[in-house]
Amino acid sequence: MIWLEKRPAPSRTWSAASPIVAVFLTLIAGGIMFAILGKNPFEALRTIFWDPLFHEQFASFSRPQLLVKAGPLILIAIGLSFGFRAGIWNIGAEGQYIMGAIVGAAVGLALYPSESVLIFPLMVVAGALGGWAWAMIPGLLKVRFGTNEILVSLMLVYVAENILASAAVGWLKNPDGAGFPGSRNLSQWEASANPELIAGTGAHWGVMAAVIAVVFAYVVFTKHILGFHIRLSGEAPRAARFAGVNPNLLVLVCLGLSGALAGLAGLFEVTGPAGQIGIDFNVGYGFTAIIVAFLGRLHPIGILLAGLLMALTYIGGELASFMLSIPGAAIQAFQGMLLFFLLGVDVATHYRVRFGRKGVA
Amino acid sequence: MKLTKLLASAALAVGLATTAFADGHEKTKVGFVYVGPIGDGGWTYQHDQGRLAVEAEFGDAVETVFQESVPEGPDAERVMTQMALSGADIIFTTSFGYMDATNNVAAKFPDIKFEHATGYKRLHDNVSTYDARFYEGRAVLGHIAGNMTETNKIGYIASFPIPEVIQGINSAYLHASKVNPDVEMVVIWAYTWFDPAKEADAAKAMIEQGVDVIMQHTDSTAPQAAAQEANANGGRVFTFGQASDMAAFGPKPRIASIIDDWSPYYIKRVGQLMDGTYEQTASWGGMPEGEVVIGEITDEVPASVKAEALAMVEAISNGTYHPFTGPITKQDGTVFLAEGEVATDVQLVTMDFYVEGITGDIPN
Repeated sequence: MIWLEKRPAPSRTWSAASPIVAVFLTLIAGGIMFAILGKNPFEALRTIFWDPLFHEQFASFSRPQLLVKAGPLILIAIGLSFGFRAGIWNIGAEGQYIMGAIVGAAVGLALYPSESVLIFPLMVVAGALGGWAWAMIPGLLKVRFGTNEILVSLMLVYVAENILASAAVGWLKNPDGAGFPGSRNLSQWEASANPELIAGTGAHWGVMAAVIAVVFAYVVFTKHILGFHIRLSGEAPRAARFAGVNPNLLVLVCLGLSGALAGLAGLFEVTGPAGQIGIDFNVGYGFTAIIVAFLGRLHPIGILLAGLLMALTYIGGELASFMLSIPGAAIQAFQGMLLFFLLGVDVATHYRVRFGRKGVA
Repeated sequence: MKLTKLLASAALAVGLATTAFADGHEKTKVGFVYVGPIGDGGWTYQHDQGRLAVEAEFGDAVETVFQESVPEGPDAERVMTQMALSGADIIFTTSFGYMDATNNVAAKFPDIKFEHATGYKRLHDNVSTYDARFYEGRAVLGHIAGNMTETNKIGYIASFPIPEVIQGINSAYLHASKVNPDVEMVVIWAYTWFDPAKEADAAKAMIEQGVDVIMQHTDSTAPQAAAQEANANGGRVFTFGQASDMAAFGPKPRIASIIDDWSPYYIKRVGQLMDGTYEQTASWGGMPEGEVVIGEITDEVPASVKAEALAMVEAISNGTYHPFTGPITKQDGTVFLAEGEVATDVQLVTMDFYVEGITGDIPN
C-alpha cells in the first residue's frame, strides 16, 4: 500500500526541485497530448521552447517580446507574493490591473493634447493609486466586517471589466474615432507614450518596474522587518500576534501593495504595448500571475524565472499554433498542465510517500 | 532613438526581403488572424470558410496559415509580426480591433500586403480594408420580420453603437415598417460580439416583453436556443441566423439568415496578388459581389412574403434598389434623404442616428 505521511517540516529539497520536476512532467504529458493530436511532439516542444529564443528567423523578434509579455506577469506576481506569503489571498489582480489602466489613462486623457513631460509620471502615480484603491475595497471589508478577501477581490474583477467596457464605449471613447469603441491611442501621443527604452529589446518602463520590484521584494523579504512579519503571519499567525504584528494593518499593506503593482502593470500596458483602453484590454495577466507566483515559489528570483518561462510558453505557443496548426485550446491545456503538475508535485514538499502498512514503517 | 529605431526596422525589412526571395517562394503564403475560435459558428467560422475556399481555388499554389482566438491588443501585433516573419505574402486581419496593430505591423513590412476587415485606417500603401454591406441583408430580414410579427414588436440584439450596427437597425426597421406601420423596434445593447450568456438573457428579456421576431447582430446561437425553448413552451417566436446560416435551428425559430461570405473577396485578392494586378483598396462589397447572402427562407414564411423577399434580393443584387432610398427622416424629425435620393457611402459610414419611428436613444 502507498500512503502519505506528513513531514514535520516542509522538505527544502522538494520545495526547490518541484518546479523543475513539474516542468519535466509537463513536457512529457504535453508531448503525449501533441502526439495524440497527430503532431510530432518533439517538433511541437521545440517550437514552443526553442524557436522563440534561437530560431534564426523569429528569435530577433521573439526575444524582446518575451520581456514585453513577462514584464506585467512578474510585476503583478511580485505584488501577490507579499499577500500569499502572509496567507492573504488577493485573487483579483486582474481587476486592479484594469482599474490602474483606466484611472491612469483617464488622468492622462483629461490633459490631452498637452505635451508636458509631467503627464507620464502623473499617469504612473494615478495608475498605482487606481489599482491600490480597488484592492482597498476587499481589504477594508475584510478588516472591518471580516469578509472573505478571495471572493470579494475576485468578484470585483467582473465589476472592473464592466467599468472597462463603459469607458471604452462611453466616457473614454476616442472623440475622433467615428463612434467605434476604444480610447485615443496613448502610445502614439508622445506625452503619454511608454516606448521601448532601448530599441530592439522590448524593455519599456513596465519591464524596468518589474526588475525594480524584484529587487525591492528581495530586500524586504530578507532584510526588512516587514518581510519577517509577513512570513511569521503566514507560518504561525499566533506567534505573529505575540510578536506584535497588527494583522489588520498587514492585510491592508499586503493588499494595497499587490493592488498598486497590478495597477502599475495595467498603466504601463495601456500606454505601451496595448496603446489604448479597449473592451478587450485585459487578457488575463492578473490570473496568470497567480500561477507565476506559485511556480516561482513566492520567491522574487523564482518569480522572475517563472514569469519568463510563462511568457515563453505564450510566445512559443502562438508560434506552434500557426506554424504547426496546433489548436489554441491545446496550448492553453499545455499551460494548465504546468500548474496542475506543480500543485501535484508539491505534495512531496509537505508529505513523505510511504510504502507498506501504516504504523509499521 | 527614433532614428535608430527607423534604421533597425529598415534593416529588418531588408533582411526579410532577401530571405523571402531566397527561399524560392514557390507558394503564395496567406495568413489569417481570427478574433474568436473557428468553432464559434459565426464570424470567425465564416472567415475560415473563406480561407478554405482560397485553398480549394488555388490548390498547391497557395499555403494558408491562421491563428484563432487572438485578443485585440498587443498580442495581435505579435501574432501578425510572427506571421510576417514566417514568410506570409498577404495577411488578412479579421476584426475591427486589429486596426492599429495591422497598421503598425504593416509599417515594418512594406513588401507584405495587409488586409484589415471592417476598419477605416490605411496609413501605409500596403494596407487595404474590406467590409460588407450587411445593411442590404438586414433590409430583407426586416421585410420578413414586419410580415411575421403578430405582436408588432421586433427585437434587435445589438452589439456596439457603431455605424455598421446602426445601419442594420435602421435598415431592418425601415423595411419592417414599410409592410407593417405599427411595428415597434425593441433594441438591447449587449456590448459584445459573442457572449452566449448575455445574448440569451437579452433574448429572454425580449420574449417576456412580447417580442415575437428577434434579430441579432451578435454571433452566438444562444438567442436561437432561447426562442426554441420559448416555442417548446407554446410560444411563437422567430429568429434569423447571423453571420453563418445557423440552419440547425430551422425551420423554426430560424426562418432565414444573413450570411457573411468572404470567399469571393479572399479569392479575388489572393488571385490579384498572384497575377500581379493587386492594388490597395477600400472594398465594401455586398449582395452584388456575393459577400452578403440570405440563407434559405423556410416554409414558416408565407410563399408571397418569401417571393417578395427574394425579389428584393434580386433588386439589390442587380443594383436597381438601394435599401436607403428617400424619403427617410431622422428620429429628431430632420430630413435625412429627400424623395428618391440615395444615401452616399459617406453618409452610411458615419451614421450615428436612428430613423424616425424608432424610440429610445443610441447610447453614447
